[in-house]
Parts: sequence; structure tokens; C-alpha cells
Amino acid sequence: MTGKDEAELSRLLRAAIAGDERAYADFLHRTAALVRGFVRRKIVQGGVDPEDVVQETLLAIHVKRHTWREDAPVLPWVYAIARFKLIDAFRRRGRRIEIEIDEIAETFAEPEVETVSERDINRALDGLPPAQRSVVSAISVDGRSIGETAAKLGVSETAVRVSLHRGLAAIAKRFGRQ
Amino acid sequence: MRTEDLIKALDADARSKEMPLASAWWVAFGAAAVVAAAAFFMTIGPRPDIMPAMHTMRFLSKFVFTLALAASAFALIRVLSTPGASAARASAWMVVAPLLVGVAVVLELFAVPSAEWGRRLVGSNWYICLTFIPLIGIGPLAVFLAALRHGAPTRPVLAGAVAGLLSGGLAATFYAAHCFDDSPLFVATWYTIAVAILAMLGAVGGRLFVRW
Repeated sequence: MTGKDEAELSRLLRAAIAGDERAYADFLHRTAALVRGFVRRKIVQGGVDPEDVVQETLLAIHVKRHTWREDAPVLPWVYAIARFKLIDAFRRRGRRIEIEIDEIAETFAEPEVETVSERDINRALDGLPPAQRSVVSAISVDGRSIGETAAKLGVSETAVRVSLHRGLAAIAKRFGRQ
Repeated sequence: MRTEDLIKALDADARSKEMPLASAWWVAFGAAAVVAAAAFFMTIGPRPDIMPAMHTMRFLSKFVFTLALAASAFALIRVLSTPGASAARASAWMVVAPLLVGVAVVLELFAVPSAEWGRRLVGSNWYICLTFIPLIGIGPLAVFLAALRHGAPTRPVLAGAVAGLLSGGLAATFYAAHCFDDSPLFVATWYTIAVAILAMLGAVGGRLFVRW
């Protein structure tokens, strides 16, 4: 399965970088499932919500997708970011965790269903300036398009895109190593 | 926020573009070279007898050492700023510069009578070396730390230290054109200390500023 995942994910991410939004959504969904499986296996005792780490990893993948070389395999890149974010999550919560750096996680990766719980990302969202917060939550929580959000807020689509990009970058930064 | 909702937001931002990391490193290298050149020519500048010096092995060997350091550190830092990339091969190349210096030191010890060793090692202006290599290198180090922030180093302290080695290699290349002490004994001692200062500053910078 790993070889298939690898080929499919790298194809999707290449298409996404070339501007294909549907491919990007597909890439993010599949990546979320892989990362969720990885993180759940690593978090054996409580204290860290796996879904928080999934979301922090997705954000990091998004804001750092220019660090992926299109001719390099995508799975090692994804798992390296997930591992970094997982270690970071434990560090922030003042816990220690043993992680086998060389363990090949992707072999065991199985898609898993997400759970709902309190999210760090909500706190980060609350910390955004009002303009960015209303754009990010309109598009994410309310599921509106860029155009609908622009009409609702009475601003241009470009302004919505800028606020969205800055808002996401700011949330990602808040998750940066403390 | 559900993960599903987050994905909607990320997808809506799919068209935002950042400079690919590989290009960003070349831009950073160019900018750092300009910064180092400006610092060098505005302060000490090349030594007046640089043309005749070009014909001596000892003078030229300094550039071989410093450029080997800069080239290997540049290759390694590009790997370290890319998640999941294997650093094994690039790390192995880091031994080249110390190895070359080591060989040159041995050759120098054979070429020069032992009574001369001390004088060559201490040289005529080691304090200028220890001042100006870090001084020329601090601007490039800031540029490279900024490039690291653009990247995604999973070992920020190590990556910061390599940024220090890279700026040290660059700064030492310029400084070597000023320095009158061409003996490998001098280079192995004082250049190494000066570069180590930058590597330590880089590690601290990586710890403090490279978060993502």
C-alpha cells in the first residue's frame, strides 16, 4: 500500500502546487488519514489529543509545502513533519516521549476516523485579528467559498484571500516551537 | 474546529505561493555573499601584495579550505531544512575541509623547522582574524537564519550551527584575502576558532528564531 500511497499522494501534491484545488483537497484528506493513524499509534497515554497534532501537522504541511521537492518522495516528507509536530506537542505539554526516529511508520499506516474534542486550533483562531478570524471561520466552520465570504463581509475576493492566507500563517506560527 | 473544516480553509488557500526552498537557498547565498563582500571591502579589504601572493601555495590553500567548508555546509544546510531528506551523504562531505587542513598542517610541519612552528602558529595578527571573521560573517548568518525560517528544519539547533559554519566559510574566504598569515598552522588554529564562534552563534540563533 505504501508504494501506491506514495505515487498517488505525490501526484496529487504536484497537481495541487500547479493550481488544482480539487487535487489539493484530496491530498489533504488522504494525508490527514495517514497522519491520524501515525499519531494515534505514537500517543499511548493521555495528555495529548491526537487530532490536535493532526491539525497542527496539516497546517505545517500547508505553510511549508514549498519545502517539498517535486522529484523527492512525499511520504518521508509528510512523516518527518508529523513527527516534528508530535514531539513538539509533547514538549509543549511538558511530557517526555520515546520515539524511534528510524521506525518506518508508513508501513502500518491505516486511515482512521477522526474524533471530536477541544482543539488547540480554536484558541489560536480566537487569537487572530477580527478581520482574519471572520474570514478563516467563514470558510472553515461555515464552509463558505471565497466569493460568498467576500460578499458577506463586503470586501473584495483578493482581500479575503489575503486575510485567509495571513490568518492561516499566523495560526501555524502560534504552533511553532515555544 | 473539525479537521474537515480546517482542510476547507487550507484548500481555499491553495493558490498562495511561496518561493521554492531550493531557489530560496541560492537567493540567500547570493545575498549573503554581497553582505560579506560589503563588510569586507568597507573595513579591512584585501592585502596590498595580493597579486604576488597569488603565486604562493600557502596563500591559495587558504581559499581551498574556506571554499570547501562553505560548499559542504551549503549542501548540508539545504538538506537539513527539508523535512524527511537524508543528511547522511551531505554530512559525510563535512569532513573534507578539516581533512584538507589536517593534511596541510602535516605538510607544513615537515616543511618548516620546529623552531619556526610557534611563530607561524601565533602569526602576526590573530586577534584581527578572531575579530573580523565573525564580524564579516554575522550578516550572512542572519541571512541564512532567515532562509532556515523559510525552510522547515526538524533539527533547528543543528541547522543553525551549520548556518554558522556556512557563514564562517564565506567570511573566512574574504578574510583570507586580507590576512598575511598564510601558514596552515595559523589557519588551523585561528580560523577554526573564529568559525566555531559563528557556529555557536548560529546554534543559539536556530534555537531562538527558527520556529515553525
